[in-house]
Amino acid sequence: MSDWFWWMILGMALVTYLPRAIPLTFLEGRELPDAIQRILRNIPYAVLGALIFPAILFIQENNIWFGAIGAAAAFGIALTGANVMLVVLGSISVLAAYSLFFS
Amino acid sequence: MTERGFIAGLKAGTSIAIGYFPVALTFGLLAKTTGLSLIEATAMSIFVFAGAAQYISLTLITAGVAPILIVLNTFVVNIRHFLMTAALNEKMEPAAVWKKALYAFGITDESFAVLAIQEDNKVRTSFAAGVIAISYGSWVVFTAIGHLIGANLPHFLQAAMSIALYAMFVGLLVPSMRGNRKVLSLAAIAGIINSVFYFTGWLSTGWAILFSTLASAVIIEIISSKGVKT
Repeated sequence: MSDWFWWMILGMALVTYLPRAIPLTFLEGRELPDAIQRILRNIPYAVLGALIFPAILFIQENNIWFGAIGAAAAFGIALTGANVMLVVLGSISVLAAYSLFFS
Repeated sequence: MTERGFIAGLKAGTSIAIGYFPVALTFGLLAKTTGLSLIEATAMSIFVFAGAAQYISLTLITAGVAPILIVLNTFVVNIRHFLMTAALNEKMEPAAVWKKALYAFGITDESFAVLAIQEDNKVRTSFAAGVIAISYGSWVVFTAIGHLIGANLPHFLQAAMSIALYAMFVGLLVPSMRGNRKVLSLAAIAGIINSVFYFTGWLSTGWAILFSTLASAVIIEIISSKGVKT
């Protein structure tokens, strides 16, 4: 790699940073209209839905069962009221056991 | 306001750090096979800090795509963060603009999710700093280690750990979802719309997440403001 690589890094850094920074700095101290605020408060839960589905089912290409088992484990553990860390470690353990014994 | 600061943030960010570990390790390894030096691979993780965009850039570098197009693609992939940081702004405590400009650098899908779901009425800047410090640290350090050792985790572990970030999202979502049909509908509708984009290929992943999130948030707001039970 050479010069162009570092220019590319600079460009990538900039276009990644701006969408993160502009709303947080520009909106500081500003009151948005009520309707917009209510929609923004909905965003976190909607984002989680979109980040989880359908990607969780395809963590292993061409084996949807792997993702399905992982998803079932994650939801199952989370529904017992376990904290996030337990959900993460528990799901990893379930899938590790699955791949050791079944594939 | 609660007193949860930097240390609580580090704790809350630990699941992100665990989830980034295999992803960053693989990124370091792939960067090496793409021909990036240790410095270059690590620099990308230090300055860009965006998993999906970094992975795609490797594919594009290999394909000989012009750097300007790689930058443009990075922008398209990350444009969803406009929406996330606008939403996050509602949740964060007021702070000096330079502080917000600083921690804005560390807002990823994962740190956004952790910060935005906190039960605190307002999330403290120091809490955000903790979440970001541990996730950024994991991302950078394991990129370098992946490049250095040039090998991956044992296959079964690598495969199993690919669930980590999704399991974290589930772990964040489920407690808010219980007994709250609005939260359940928001997540379900966004997930369904996003799945439609996935299977039809109408939109690339970055746009699909942005659009399905916004659509779900607006639809549910319209329904609930009309007083229909959700």
